[in-house]
Amino acid sequence: MGLLTFNIGGIHPPENKLSAGMAIKNIEIPKQVVIPMNQNLGAPSQPIVKRGDMVKVGQLIAEAKGFIAAKIHSPVSGKVFKIEPRIDSTGFRKESIIINVEGDEWAEGIDSSDTLIKDITLDAFQITEKIKECGIVGLGGATFPSHVKYIVPEGKNPEYLIINAVECEPYLTSDHQLMMEKGEEIIVGIRIMMKALGAKKTIIGIENNKTDAIAHLSKLAEQDSNIEVKALKVQYPQGGEKQLIDALLGRQIQSGKLPLTVGCVVNNVGTTFAIYEAIQKNKPLFERIVTVTGYPVQNPSNYRVRIGIPIANLLQEANCDMDATGKVINGGPMMGKSIPSIDASVTKGTSGVLAIRNEESKRHEVKNCIRCGKCTTVCPMGLEPHLLSIIARMGENEKCEQELIMDCIECGSCVYTCPSSRPLLDNIRLGKSNVSFMIRQRSVK
Amino acid sequence: MKLLTVSGSPHIHGGLSVEKVMWLVVAAMAPAMLASFYFFGMGAIKVTLAAVLSAVLFEYLITKFIMKQKSQLGDGSAVITGILLAFNVPSTLPIWMIVLGSLMAIGVAKMSFGGLGKNPFNPAIVGRVFLLISFPVQMTSYPIIEKVFPMQDAISGATPLGIVKEGLKKGDSVSSLMDQIPSFTDMFLGMNGGSMGEVSAFLLLLGGLFLIFKKIITWHIPVSFLASILIFSGIFWLINPEVYVNPLFHLVTGGVMLGAFFMATDMVTSPMTGKGQLIFGAGIGILTIIIRVWGAYPEGVSFAILLMNAVVPHLNNAFKPKRFGKEMKNV
Repeated sequence: MGLLTFNIGGIHPPENKLSAGMAIKNIEIPKQVVIPMNQNLGAPSQPIVKRGDMVKVGQLIAEAKGFIAAKIHSPVSGKVFKIEPRIDSTGFRKESIIINVEGDEWAEGIDSSDTLIKDITLDAFQITEKIKECGIVGLGGATFPSHVKYIVPEGKNPEYLIINAVECEPYLTSDHQLMMEKGEEIIVGIRIMMKALGAKKTIIGIENNKTDAIAHLSKLAEQDSNIEVKALKVQYPQGGEKQLIDALLGRQIQSGKLPLTVGCVVNNVGTTFAIYEAIQKNKPLFERIVTVTGYPVQNPSNYRVRIGIPIANLLQEANCDMDATGKVINGGPMMGKSIPSIDASVTKGTSGVLAIRNEESKRHEVKNCIRCGKCTTVCPMGLEPHLLSIIARMGENEKCEQELIMDCIECGSCVYTCPSSRPLLDNIRLGKSNVSFMIRQRSVK
Repeated sequence: MKLLTVSGSPHIHGGLSVEKVMWLVVAAMAPAMLASFYFFGMGAIKVTLAAVLSAVLFEYLITKFIMKQKSQLGDGSAVITGILLAFNVPSTLPIWMIVLGSLMAIGVAKMSFGGLGKNPFNPAIVGRVFLLISFPVQMTSYPIIEKVFPMQDAISGATPLGIVKEGLKKGDSVSSLMDQIPSFTDMFLGMNGGSMGEVSAFLLLLGGLFLIFKKIITWHIPVSFLASILIFSGIFWLINPEVYVNPLFHLVTGGVMLGAFFMATDMVTSPMTGKGQLIFGAGIGILTIIIRVWGAYPEGVSFAILLMNAVVPHLNNAFKPKRFGKEMKNV
């Protein structure tokens, strides 16, 4: 076949796309929503509303604080009930705005219709400002504030805009379904982003298990000579930014560098749709597509969900058998985070809600390392997880840094493949946090 | 309310386990083991059973009474060591000797370093080398297989390697010695005197290919090992075919196939990366030929593997995997 893929390591876990082809449905808005302030990578947002304030859908309720930060808009209309720390999906108490819902009244100026608007009236600078105003963050799961990517140094315009439509995580189908239903909007979103970046060409990377989406978007992009759809071999973690650029262009980003150094900016396909809505519809990011899936779930589905709705509501809507569920994951099974309580809210970073059966919830017994080297073979960054795991445990931070521990993208391929079920990634995360502390200390001196 | 399990990602596992790896290796060795039973009869069955049972027993006793840890016998690695040790001895070896060999293999070479995964040297080979240097007579008296050697009087009990080694020492020419041993094809299929597991190069090759197919081992070590044997012995053969034997002879005799697919590829005692494995295999091949041609022993595979085992930590340090972004094609 000769399909494109990345050049180092990788695995192919069972795809389990149970909710594939399920049309996007709306989730009913509950009586109360809880909106955590730490929804993006970087600094948490600062509430600008007070208890008792009336808010409308799409109204700004929290300001971005700092450069890598994002604004938050109300997903509902109603009255601010409280501002207090609540347990979020990470299990920690985080400052949250709690709103009691009254009706569904949208803020003025937001176009809530489905009409496709193709003409792009804003210029590059205005687009970037608008992305920032609308609180857009990367919707693939990393929640990196999107406008930061669009602040390109003078004359350093990227050659390529890469649209990440890989969805390499097993189970998740939200991006796939979005491409099938909102293909035209995504193409307009791409034109907007190209204008903002001054990029010459766009490549949409889609894995070959979504042939319908490949065909659909290829057809829609026919008139745009500078937008190309490329089919990729199904291989995890192809959705990793570095892996995707390597797969599509054969360019490898050096250790510690950004995609711009190889002439690329990468955005998730969900983010592309959010940018379309922000620019053409004046709609801030307050809802997203979430896949609710897993074997205990009777009706695996794709939902359009307002931020702040409890994850429990989604599981209930999809008929999840909670007695059979031992673990609930925010995201996919490889990189998602298991959540301690389903009362936590959906946030901008919730790409999926995955219920895992009781019997698959526990890890296997840890055995001695048999030095099979499989972790090294599958590592997409060319690292040695077995070695990093040991030296991280021993606290040899300098050695960890030399062995490029900070290059680890935490994809989990090593743990997935380890016959001894060793907690390689747990140790590597520990090492990474120690090494980044060490690096910060160094710059202080 | 029911509590949910919380743990770090990833939340799914590929399903490969140490047990699965080990039992697949046992399965891959089964054809050659059955062939040894066929060729050598009851003696082979007894020695194999004694080797396996004693290996398992020693591991159990040491884990329980000396290391005071939970037994990991279920992983099957002791069974492999037992079978491999039996593969490396003649079927006529006294039972007490094979038990002693097991003790060396498991007790000294494996458990004193902390058990599975911690040993620097291949346990079965340590056991074999111990037996070979302690009991050279019993370890080199091979039963005569009538199907193999029609002229049994002339060559009672020596392996083809031994015959060639002795003959060359006496000054016989290679061509005259070749008449005294079976044809290459016969030796490849199993018409070959020697240790129990060395008889059928063909069945060992079959088992080895099965392991490569199952992705338990990779091609690197077997290919570089066999290729370096062919090339290195081939150079001398081309120089003088009357003094140095045909490289194909080296390939099908003795422990080469067993070593290439089952001993040198032991995960614990071989390098982690492909490049390191290529050097490792090539080193074993060259050392094997040096020992076979100039050494005191007719066979050198086990010594060669042990020597290269010692180099593995350096190979792991010297040959790191290809890092992402190292050979950058930046704009």
